[in-house]
Amino acid sequence: MSKKQPITLNINNRDHKIEVEPRKTLVDAIRDDCGQTGTHIGCEHGICGACTVLVDGEPVRSCLMFAVQADGKTIRTVEGLANGDELHPMQKAFMDHHGLQCGFCTPGFLMLAVGVLEREPDISDEDLLDVLSSNLCRCTGYQNIIKAVRAAAAEMRGPR
Amino acid sequence: MSAASHSRETKGSGVKWVGRAMRRVEDPTLVTGQGRFTADLPAAHHVRFVRSPVAAGVIIGITPPQGAMVFTGKDVAGIKPITPMLHKFNYKPLGQPILAQGAAYFVGEMIAAAVAPTPAEAEDIAEQTEVSIEETTPVIDARAALEPGAPTVHKTIPGNLIVEGRLKTDGFDGVWAGAAHHVTTDIRSHRQNATPMEARAGHAAYDAATGRVTLTCTTQMPHLTRTAIADLIGMPENDLRVIAPDVGGGFGQKMSLAAEYVFLVWLARKLKSSVSWVEDRRENLIASFHSRDQYITLKGAFDADGKLLALDANVLANTGAYSCFPNTCAVEPLMALAEMPGPYDVKAYACVARGAVTNTCTMAPYRGVSRPIITFALERLMDKAAAACRLDPVEIRRRNLVTTFPYTTAAGLVLDEGSYLKTLDMAAQAIDLPAFRARQADARKRGRYLGVGFAPFSERTGYGSPAFAARGMGITPGWETVIISVDPGGFVEARIGSSPHGQGLRTTLAQIIADEIGVAPDRIKIVHGDTDRAPYGWGTFASRSLVISGGASLIAAQKVRAKLQKIAGDMLEAAPADIVLENGNATVAGTDRTLSIAELAREAYTQTHRFKGEIEPGLTESGTYDPSGTFSNACHAAIVEVDIETGKTTIEQYVVAEDAGVLINPMIADGQVHGGVAQGIGNALLEEIVYDETGNPLSTTLADYLPPTSHEIPQIELHHAVTPSVNSVTKAKGLGEGGGIGAPGAVINAINDALAPFGVQIDEMPATPQRVRAALRAAETAA
Repeated sequence: MSKKQPITLNINNRDHKIEVEPRKTLVDAIRDDCGQTGTHIGCEHGICGACTVLVDGEPVRSCLMFAVQADGKTIRTVEGLANGDELHPMQKAFMDHHGLQCGFCTPGFLMLAVGVLEREPDISDEDLLDVLSSNLCRCTGYQNIIKAVRAAAAEMRGPR
Repeated sequence: MSAASHSRETKGSGVKWVGRAMRRVEDPTLVTGQGRFTADLPAAHHVRFVRSPVAAGVIIGITPPQGAMVFTGKDVAGIKPITPMLHKFNYKPLGQPILAQGAAYFVGEMIAAAVAPTPAEAEDIAEQTEVSIEETTPVIDARAALEPGAPTVHKTIPGNLIVEGRLKTDGFDGVWAGAAHHVTTDIRSHRQNATPMEARAGHAAYDAATGRVTLTCTTQMPHLTRTAIADLIGMPENDLRVIAPDVGGGFGQKMSLAAEYVFLVWLARKLKSSVSWVEDRRENLIASFHSRDQYITLKGAFDADGKLLALDANVLANTGAYSCFPNTCAVEPLMALAEMPGPYDVKAYACVARGAVTNTCTMAPYRGVSRPIITFALERLMDKAAAACRLDPVEIRRRNLVTTFPYTTAAGLVLDEGSYLKTLDMAAQAIDLPAFRARQADARKRGRYLGVGFAPFSERTGYGSPAFAARGMGITPGWETVIISVDPGGFVEARIGSSPHGQGLRTTLAQIIADEIGVAPDRIKIVHGDTDRAPYGWGTFASRSLVISGGASLIAAQKVRAKLQKIAGDMLEAAPADIVLENGNATVAGTDRTLSIAELAREAYTQTHRFKGEIEPGLTESGTYDPSGTFSNACHAAIVEVDIETGKTTIEQYVVAEDAGVLINPMIADGQVHGGVAQGIGNALLEEIVYDETGNPLSTTLADYLPPTSHEIPQIELHHAVTPSVNSVTKAKGLGEGGGIGAPGAVINAINDALAPFGVQIDEMPATPQRVRAALRAAETAA
């Protein structure tokens, strides 16, 4: 164990001033120190993507980043997707297209998809499929996740 | 036939909920990050288990770092070992200690438990705890375990044979000898892990005020978990509450009792505090539960026209180091014994099904339990027989599928009404075999190798206690109870013994109840997964919950309905039979005399004096259902392309024609099939738990053990047939496992068809690129 360091994580527009060991991963800090348990841990090897959050707008596997590396950065998690009671189009689309079953991998997929579409709204279907293959889901067989993300992508682009 | 054609006999003319692709009531919580999973709970103490680094050995000493809190086998010697029972098939009882008692039997077995205020500190202590073990010779492979002179894994099981089931129909030998064609397939199914995205976790909290412990854990069977742990520890069962909160998938892995949970309850009582253990992925891959490690030799005798006359199976399952509770490790070999003939008509059947203990992780149910493997074996056999009889793959299956119902199989199971032939034809039509053969021939000329594979199967679902009793299980699960209460405000609560974890049961049961009592599903809450709130039940596994809890829901709702009609009849001065319940109202048929169901409910509690003792106060009814079981059926078909340079298989088209009776919610049903197929494709092509010869597991991360990604899973084309079940009060059949049952057979048959020009036979799953290349190389060498 080594000495704890003070850091500030800005999660969903709220500052969390916490003290963490340098070895603590970002996902552990988000969950244990900031109480935001919507972000899940699936493998701790950076493979399954369940812990995906947005750090300064980029999808990040929060099990592969140390909390101290995120000091002062802007973090978005699943808890920050909805605007009050108004769900994000991605959340709505996952419900409309049955893109979730047990819901454990869902926050990671939502953040991955939102992060990519905000950066690249006109991403091709093929590239989108490629991006979605970053994360694992064991329940849905992916078909409905892909449908949901495509529908939300259209919604997020808005009428042209 | 499309999903839109699903309908159901209805009462009254109002809107009906059953058959609608209604959005799930589970979802808003889960998409907003408000789900409550076990690992989300804070605890005063965190546990990290020290696990055996060797497959077999005698523990000489355990030395924790100074001052650390570490518990060993000695501390928990008073807890009984987990010892599930089977009273048949020469089963040898085998107990698993909660922490190792002087010896270790597989890599990953719990030897000690480190306890600290944070998970990181507990992990540090576990790492610094020195374990001295004198290694002994392990046995890893099931065939090796049964060789004469093999090391004995457990002294109580000499020869390592833990279970043996035998069956041979009268006159088998004569039928066998008289057949025109004899075909053999030797199947190897490698070991797999169900791999729910949430690994296991447990949290036990002691309540000083009551002396009770609440165990929150990732279980599919909360009530039996309570019963088992109370029994093992020797504590009053009413001092233990078990909660299955949101559970991140199970697929069978979370139905077996985890020794870890037993320890947590013991520890919470000892420390009079809260304790937490969250399994990491490595632990899950090496030490949760495994499955599917089998050898099957399947032989078929066919007449000159390709009709299957006799089936002869030899099944050997590697059952690992211990026996899973409650099913026992016999679950795989005995499922194979009972269900090997599958959807085919065959009168002569012989089978020897054995299980061998080894120094590997314990085997337990995983989606489909043996049926993905036996379907793979049977469908390989059918394709080989088709070649021998010069028939196309659809025709040989058409000549052999069961067509008259009810049909009693050679193993004694009764197949209820199904659509075996119809779903085969639906799948064949979707594939368009003649067109495919032309395309395949054309592709081969260009050095591209396409193949098609079919896998029809039956899926036994929704079976109650008689089916489990026939297995001779010491614990006989089966029935379910649902208690429905309408509160004085007219809102409905249904408490159920099933324990869904992704299946959408809160939605589908609400649909069933809504139709019966005439209120909208959004006024109905389904309560599950809490032994303090839910009636005793068996949880969710074996494609049972929609059929059995759905049936119990219907039965309870019918009683509520009758009572509401009685009260309405009393208040509206009409015969109860003339009261129509719909859209939240009770109306005298053909009149405008109406009362809201909320008004009736208020009456049932607050105006009972009016009933003059003729109607019992309150509005709570209970229904229990224990059905015999009902068989779903389906035919899967796959077209694949195999790259002969790399051995990689790409699935070009995947068709499922399925019949699960009346679909309560077609959207959810389709989702179950999609997910099952994806796991089946992973099982067929990618997923393999590997041990080296010393019993050291090599697949310890998700970079080694490979669940499929969206890249490997094609669009899955679904076609529905509807044969309403005569053995299910809702007319629905289960379908949770089917997707995974058909895929290995369909996909690997397609690979074999693609590689037919090379004379290659691949009878192993997963059919990895390495295996495909090895088979092609061997064929080149032989040529």
